[in-house]
Amino acid sequence: MEIKSPQFKKNAKAALADEQLQKALSHVRSKFIEKRATAVRELDCFNELRDNAVAIKKHTIKHLDLYLERFEEKVLEQGGQVHWAATARDARGQVLDICRKIAAKTVTKGKSMISEEIGLNEFLEVNDVTPIETDLGEYIIQLRGEHPSHIIAPAVHLNMDQIREDFREHHTELPEDRSLEEPISLLQEARGILREKFLGADVGITGANFLIAETGTSVIVTNEGNGDLTQTLPRIHIVLASIEKVVPTLEDTSQILRVLARSATGQEMSVYTTLSSGPKRGDDPDGPDEFHVVLLDNGRSSMLGTEFEDMLRCIRCGACMNHCPVYHAVGGHAYGWVYPGPMGSVLSPSLAGIENTGHLPNASTFCGRCESVCPMRIPLPKMMRHWREREFELHLSPASQRRNLKLWAWFAKRPKYYRLFSRLSHLALKMLAGKSGRISFLPLAGGWTRFRDMPGPEPKTFMQAWQDRSTRDQPQ
Amino acid sequence: MSSRGEILDRIRSAVGGVATDKMRKANVERRLKRHPVGILPWTYKNNDQVITQFTVKAKKADSTVERCKSADVSKAIVRFLKKHNLPAACRIGADRKLKNLLKGQEAVLEITHGPNDGSQLTGVSCALGAAAETGTLFLVSGKDNPTTLNFLSENHIVVIHKKDILKHQEDLWVRLRRKYGAGKLPRTVNLITGPSRSADIEQTLILGAHGPQRLHIIVVMN
Ligand code: SF4
Repeated sequence: MEIKSPQFKKNAKAALADEQLQKALSHVRSKFIEKRATAVRELDCFNELRDNAVAIKKHTIKHLDLYLERFEEKVLEQGGQVHWAATARDARGQVLDICRKIAAKTVTKGKSMISEEIGLNEFLEVNDVTPIETDLGEYIIQLRGEHPSHIIAPAVHLNMDQIREDFREHHTELPEDRSLEEPISLLQEARGILREKFLGADVGITGANFLIAETGTSVIVTNEGNGDLTQTLPRIHIVLASIEKVVPTLEDTSQILRVLARSATGQEMSVYTTLSSGPKRGDDPDGPDEFHVVLLDNGRSSMLGTEFEDMLRCIRCGACMNHCPVYHAVGGHAYGWVYPGPMGSVLSPSLAGIENTGHLPNASTFCGRCESVCPMRIPLPKMMRHWREREFELHLSPASQRRNLKLWAWFAKRPKYYRLFSRLSHLALKMLAGKSGRISFLPLAGGWTRFRDMPGPEPKTFMQAWQDRSTRDQPQ
Repeated sequence: MSSRGEILDRIRSAVGGVATDKMRKANVERRLKRHPVGILPWTYKNNDQVITQFTVKAKKADSTVERCKSADVSKAIVRFLKKHNLPAACRIGADRKLKNLLKGQEAVLEITHGPNDGSQLTGVSCALGAAAETGTLFLVSGKDNPTTLNFLSENHIVVIHKKDILKHQEDLWVRLRRKYGAGKLPRTVNLITGPSRSADIEQTLILGAHGPQRLHIIVVMN
């Protein structure tokens, strides 16, 4: 997927003016937050579970190489295959090779963010393999030629009338006068069309929420059942998973499952949690003949041992974006790459490079809500700050911002001049504010004052006030 | 170097290198062998409470639940089908327990056997167990209860004996290890909590997405 993060400001502006989008985003604000809050309230040990989930992931990351090796060993033992992919390109190639071996024409797909990350659909298409997204939200955006705007609710940026129009435009084989008034009729139409695709597909590709080292198992967590049809009906099942998805045992999986659905959709448990271990066995009447796992690194191992290591705990629940005022205002597409919201602002620079995604760590009000709801207690604001620092060190921030900061640093190191300068600017601001006490135009900050007034300065500079106070507070 | 070597090397150099491997290996072996149980929510005073919790949670996830005696299972199935205006027919796998429960009912209920190819409206399965904490059923793949019955049936009926309803997911992992051996699982284990659904259109919940529209659970009490 092409990276459009450098245009974040432009994207955000367009998003704010987009009425359809703003209407759709109101569902994120109202529904997700309330549902999570209720689910969390109803489980008295939610915070203890969070702590334990964090501990499990920390332990796993410390032993990541060993758990991955064990996972591989177990998959091979039960007749599956493991493909290690250092880069997105490796992973795409491996998937295509598997498809080519059986001359696959169509591939059904369960929801997978890794597939988005490696740009799999576009790649398969140019190589004459047709990918068909089967998650309802993914199916809708595939019809529209779009990408997901949310990691668990890919079509959350759309309203029903838009979807209705898409279905009328694309499903031309159906009678024109059919009613599509209710959401259920849209769902049933998609279900009918996708049933055929499921039964006719050669290969099924799913993501993975977990890989269990103990048993060589991949786990998907879904609500629709499309992931299960995707992996049960075709001859080949390919799992796309990144290396940090591994957990040690079944018990560890249960611990994290207890915080996952509650944080994501507010359900106590998603409808389907499916554990898959290898291909069809001797007495299986159904299931795939081949089971492949593509293990993707794509920059993750380079996060180990850095200030971004904690991000590898992320379980992709989406809670951080559901609670983010910036996401609420601009939606997911403005972020310009696969992963939106606070988790994206931290992860995207790690995976796609800070030089391509520099604006993202600034897409934050630092209100801290993301960290407070993150089930894996990932310090997202702190990591965004780290990225800002890196961005500055690498001379990637805008020239004007750098110049001003440098100027400030010069003064800050010279207290005498600093005091003089701040007193002078204080005076200047006072003059600008006049009697109203508000400043409606500030030189060099026109962008800021165009839409708001800046309050006039306090009667004294901070330094003066501090000095007065220190003298006053002197013990008598 | 292969991707495999490259990735593992990078991880190793970041997390501690070779010198400490012995200790790290021992840590991993210990965890895999002992599979420590973490935090378990809810406490139960007796078995009745476990069944009650299961029922409450399953209903909360939009399953329907009824309790009956083993002799009445087929009657319960027929009643369910009638209530929803469905033909008195169902598909089952080779599960012997289930076959016994439905024996001698051919006059009122047409039973066919095997996986579902999408043409069967109603599938009946027998669950390996259930976790009361969230009303979740555990089904395993194989000829006894083919996986396609769980997903291609419009209506899915699951029969479970009350003694197989356990408190937590962790209790089921113990049971699976006992049955299939340590470190081994059947090809697919399906944890199912309610009928399929989607909220992808304006966050409005609709039941019956790609999987079953109805999930009916029959708890056998004797
Ligand atoms: S960063 Fe935390 S809240 Fe955000 S998706 Fe990841 S686990 Fe969920």
